[in-house]
Amino acid sequence: MTSRSSSNSRSPWLLAHAFLVFGFLYLPIGVLIVYSFNGEGVGGFPPHHLTLDWYRTLFNDGAIWDSVINSLEVACAAMIIALAFGVPAALALDRAQFPGKALFRRLVLLPLILPGIITGLSLLMLFDLAHTKLSLLTIVLGHGTALISVATTEVFAGLQKFDRAQEEASLDLGANYWQTFWRITVPNLKLPIIGAALLIFTLSMDEIAVSFFLIGRDNTLPLEIWGRLRRGITPEINAISAIIFLFSLAAIVLWYRLRVKAEGSVEVGAELLETQENYTLER
Amino acid sequence: MFSRAYKLAVTVPPLAWVALFLLTPYLLMFCYSFWSISPAQTIVHSWNVQNYRELVTVSVYWQTLLRSMWIAARVTLFSLLLGYPLAYFLSFYGGSRKDLLYQLVIIPLWVSYLVRAYAWKTILGSDGVLNTLLQYVHLAKHPLEFLLYSPFAVVLTLTHIYTPFTFLPIYASLEHIPRNLVEASHDLGATPAQTFWKVIFPLSIPGVLAGATFAFVLSLGDFLAPLLLGGPSGIMISNVVVSLFGAAYNWPLGAAISFCMLVLVVALLFVSERLEKKWSFS
Repeated sequence: MTSRSSSNSRSPWLLAHAFLVFGFLYLPIGVLIVYSFNGEGVGGFPPHHLTLDWYRTLFNDGAIWDSVINSLEVACAAMIIALAFGVPAALALDRAQFPGKALFRRLVLLPLILPGIITGLSLLMLFDLAHTKLSLLTIVLGHGTALISVATTEVFAGLQKFDRAQEEASLDLGANYWQTFWRITVPNLKLPIIGAALLIFTLSMDEIAVSFFLIGRDNTLPLEIWGRLRRGITPEINAISAIIFLFSLAAIVLWYRLRVKAEGSVEVGAELLETQENYTLER
Repeated sequence: MFSRAYKLAVTVPPLAWVALFLLTPYLLMFCYSFWSISPAQTIVHSWNVQNYRELVTVSVYWQTLLRSMWIAARVTLFSLLLGYPLAYFLSFYGGSRKDLLYQLVIIPLWVSYLVRAYAWKTILGSDGVLNTLLQYVHLAKHPLEFLLYSPFAVVLTLTHIYTPFTFLPIYASLEHIPRNLVEASHDLGATPAQTFWKVIFPLSIPGVLAGATFAFVLSLGDFLAPLLLGGPSGIMISNVVVSLFGAAYNWPLGAAISFCMLVLVVALLFVSERLEKKWSFS
């Protein structure tokens, strides 16, 4: 409160700056949505002849919907892989000592900070060496592996607040580790796990840099859009983009609610900062 | 309390998976960078540093790398200039609307990368929204051609994409500043400017470093925005790699460039870690 009263004179500039930045951030999104209804196609000011034609074209476009199905499948499978290895990895980092622990922690986080092209190409070389045919499966393996870090950091953060006494009690009362894991550990980590799952799903749906190199015959949605963009701008893309935006919006509101429920407050920034710190600090 | 079996069960599978699908590929990239390509377009597994020599001697490679770093540096600078004051405003003047505003910043982060890059293309094109608007209000007679297919378009788009990324860690570090430090500074007679430069800014440096590192590294390796919006003058180093893995078909040379990028990124992370440790007060 003190800061508010004593430096009020500077806040008009900050307010104006904030408005400008928000304008900058939302301008392209607004343009996309407006022009998805523009009868004259993309570009051209002012927009006129509002129409739903592009949405109609879009809904009749088989290739796009095939790619949507592919992307949904890939995202689900990647989510399962990332959780299946990311959750144990968080438990391992929290509870076990093993040689190479520091290296492991750094390695897991690397795909998040490295440009996607490096991860994509190195996986391409691996699959090439193993004579694995590129397909949706190779994309699943790429996404699943690259996104393990998301599951690991979210669950690891949850574990820091987690009271181990419950697990101890469960073990003392005769439950085995497997039962304790499913009945105590997982329910207690429910919110971080769901949050991570949602984040992994969204990131996979949108991922393009890694997929770019691992794509086989079937396209994911971003690659289908990419292919069309390379051929030129079509307003259909605006329509699908507007739909993607709505889904992203729903996903983030959901995720945000979960976050508030889990933490009381929301600090994704802290997460990113932590990612950086996790990467660099050895605990 | 956890048995040996439990520890093995949670450690071995992730370790094995990561070794197979992360460590091996990165090492493979390293190996590839020492191999070469035969005239018959097959990969020769004999070890030599020819690829690295080529990177140093053929000017187009290191010039493209320098240009990419220059683009990434501008993106980083603009992202900080946009992100820092915004984070400061939200953290100190956000009031009751803080949560909502915060959500508004992260929403664009969740909107597809491709969708946002594409949106800029529709805005900047020669018959795009901006050019037709300028002509509509008679500010320009002809479309401004430099807007699209230029480094300008790439920098603008990447700044748009990485500003929220930069914002997040800065905001987090500002939120972690104990407010009584700020109050103490005021009470001891510091002007708002002094309080900012002597108390707040130094404490937010770890966030600035984290944000800057993200923005720089991720924009340095980008190849989609340059392909979509960059034109010939906006080509970045990853585009060279893409062509070496595609039409130009020289995987070993492409691997050498990628590996250099990997080393550069890891070195940057290392430096930013050192600086962060130096500046973090806890």
